[in-house]
Amino acid sequence: METLFGLDYPTLWFLVVGGLFSGYAILDGFDFGAGAWHLFFKKEKSRRLALNAIGPVWDGNEVWLVIGGGALFAGFPVMYATLLSGMYVPFMLFLLVIIMRAVSIEFRSKEPMLWWRKMWDISYSVSSILLPFFLGVVLGNVLLGMPIGEGFEYEGEGFLSFLNPYAVMVGISTLALMMSHGAIYLLLKTEGRMYAKLTFLLKKGMIFFMVSFGITSLYTLIYIPHLSDTFRDSPVLFVVPLAVLLCIANVPRLANKKQFGKAFIFSSITISLLLIIVAIELYPNLLFSTLDPAHTITVYNAASSEKSLGIMLTFAAIGTPLVLGYTAFVYFTFRGKVRIDDHSY
Amino acid sequence: MDVEILSRIQFAFTIAFHYIYPPLSIGLGLIMVIMESLYLRTGNKEYETLARFWTRIFALTFGIGVATGIVMEFEFGTNWATYSRYVGDVFGSALAAEGIFAFALESGFLGVLLFGWDRVKPWVHWVATLGVFLGSMFSAVWIVIANSWQQTPAGFHIVGEGMEARAEITDFWEMAFNPSSVDRLIHTWQGAFLAGAFLVLSVHAYYLRKGRYIDISKKAFKIALVVATIFSLAQLVSGHSSANGVAVNQPAKLAAFEGHFEKEAPAPMYLFGWVDKSSQTVTGISIPGGLSYLLHYEFDAPVTGLNAFPEEDRPSQINAVFQFYHIMISIGMFLIALTIAGCVQWYRGKLFESRRLLWVFSFAVILPQIANQVGWYAAEMGRQPWVVYGLLRTSDALSKSVTANQVLFSLILFFIVYTILLLLFLYLLTKKIKHGPYDEDEGNDRPFQKEVATSFSPDK
Repeated sequence: METLFGLDYPTLWFLVVGGLFSGYAILDGFDFGAGAWHLFFKKEKSRRLALNAIGPVWDGNEVWLVIGGGALFAGFPVMYATLLSGMYVPFMLFLLVIIMRAVSIEFRSKEPMLWWRKMWDISYSVSSILLPFFLGVVLGNVLLGMPIGEGFEYEGEGFLSFLNPYAVMVGISTLALMMSHGAIYLLLKTEGRMYAKLTFLLKKGMIFFMVSFGITSLYTLIYIPHLSDTFRDSPVLFVVPLAVLLCIANVPRLANKKQFGKAFIFSSITISLLLIIVAIELYPNLLFSTLDPAHTITVYNAASSEKSLGIMLTFAAIGTPLVLGYTAFVYFTFRGKVRIDDHSY
Repeated sequence: MDVEILSRIQFAFTIAFHYIYPPLSIGLGLIMVIMESLYLRTGNKEYETLARFWTRIFALTFGIGVATGIVMEFEFGTNWATYSRYVGDVFGSALAAEGIFAFALESGFLGVLLFGWDRVKPWVHWVATLGVFLGSMFSAVWIVIANSWQQTPAGFHIVGEGMEARAEITDFWEMAFNPSSVDRLIHTWQGAFLAGAFLVLSVHAYYLRKGRYIDISKKAFKIALVVATIFSLAQLVSGHSSANGVAVNQPAKLAAFEGHFEKEAPAPMYLFGWVDKSSQTVTGISIPGGLSYLLHYEFDAPVTGLNAFPEEDRPSQINAVFQFYHIMISIGMFLIALTIAGCVQWYRGKLFESRRLLWVFSFAVILPQIANQVGWYAAEMGRQPWVVYGLLRTSDALSKSVTANQVLFSLILFFIVYTILLLLFLYLLTKKIKHGPYDEDEGNDRPFQKEVATSFSPDK
């Protein structure tokens, strides 16, 4: 089997996909979070500022979902096919809500009528709340394992079986995490009254996150033992959860000192570390079969051929610096606090 | 209805709806690059005004294009899981390349294109516009490569047997440059340029008829007319080359295009007609030996007919394929006639004198849209019953775990959401057009225009 830096290709691609999903969670995470708070802002001007704080970048953030989805399809077609067909209803709702959100952002400020703006404000905010929730629900189901049978086919029953208590808890925690993350982003982008209000909202968001995260973690440790196996086998890995706790604790500390730039960085690190924990818990599995461990999807039985993975690793090596370059250029152009001008939403 | 037909309807509906927008983005992108280049060269503010105006309309098409495009990427997995497992190794890499190389470029520069007019220097803005345009062109490259691989698979081998079988890539370049990808890519690009150019022609013809924004509209109209004329004519060449490729690589599809059943010589080419599948006859007006000549440059060369293929290996909806294909060609011919008429009037110095011509241009905007749509219907329905030509049947490609009720549920939701989306799109497009190219009196944004959130800023 071919290797690079001592890792085989499926493992490398697992890291690539993980990296893309982390990037997506950090970037689209803050604009989902910003949207989730939208209805907490009562004034028209605040709402426009909040919307325009994400205005030039939210589209670029969604690119990470497209690339991440493409990378999963290309590298682990079996996982992609089983997960998406097995989670048919949540993914369909996710897609429809993502459209509703894009439409709300685009159309909200196009008409001055109060009812028009109110309608889109509600649909923007509700969709921004539902999206991280659905993503968390899918993650919760992946962590829990799914009824996978012969030929890696999903064999679950029922329209709403994806809404099990554990998945819902992960969904709520994800939402809470994104809300804190989004509030910090908005703090970086706003001034005056709105800024003052956000410092207050951020505190609530962080409490919401810590409570839901605590419950979810306990649930995981007690009821889903197969997830903590890796940690029990190599205790040195406990460094990672420890680092997460330190990062989580660091965010309110920095926020109190009004160092929101640093707080945003630590909030982003928290998100990636949480996903690294997920990766450690899962690897080498991608999707645990609750029916028969023989049908568990792993990075090896789901992967594309080495040839294909080799081509795509080359793509990733060429493409990643380019993507980071454009992203840096856009964030640099629109650095600083939001200004509303004739091109704004 | 069963899962197969529901899933096919859903995919067809979502992709057809999506395909209204990317061609407009690509075509408008080209025109915006031309407008901004002219502005940089001449320093004439009118070109900048035009570029800004069309950027606002571009933003609308692009936004809906992205939102409906994400759906497409995930629908392969949700509804076509067996297909996804079968082709992932090959098709996935093209899709991933689209994300990394094209879509990131497009969306990365989009922020600067839309919101950066007053923040960056004009040449930097031009670079951003070019970046978005090239990104949209590259997107088309990878998507058309992926689709062409389904039509004419190459550069792969099959591993495993029965339900475990799947395609694995053996040669990336052979896969990318499979026998139909270049022809189809050029045809798709040009179709997109026409969609954009005719929208610009339509809007400025409307202004000219109403006597509004005369000077600026004449400039825009001429730019778009040049683009439309070049690519209407070029479409004839690429369409011909494409059809020849279909004859070689997918003979059953070509036979369906022309409703051609028996291997006969000379094979006719229909201008229009109606196919009766049961009696295997076509009623209509034809050029005798036309098809033979087109494919072999001889009026009496034999052309393979549908009967050469077993019933289960050829498209079932032959009349539909025939009609879609012929509508596309008729529209193509009409667009050539229309653009040449425009150029003749221009040469005679009377381009803007005939109100009737402007009226036709105002309404012609719908034609490239229809041609783009039906062209794809013909291409995709003509490929049936295969999802990957000759390798995997559409009926075998489904998600086994998904039930008809689930698909019906999502189909209804898509139908509702997309209907709202289309109405909003048309409403806002009309509003932007009525508002005109100058952004002075943007009424609704007035109260907050140029406003900067000031007061204290503790976070420094």
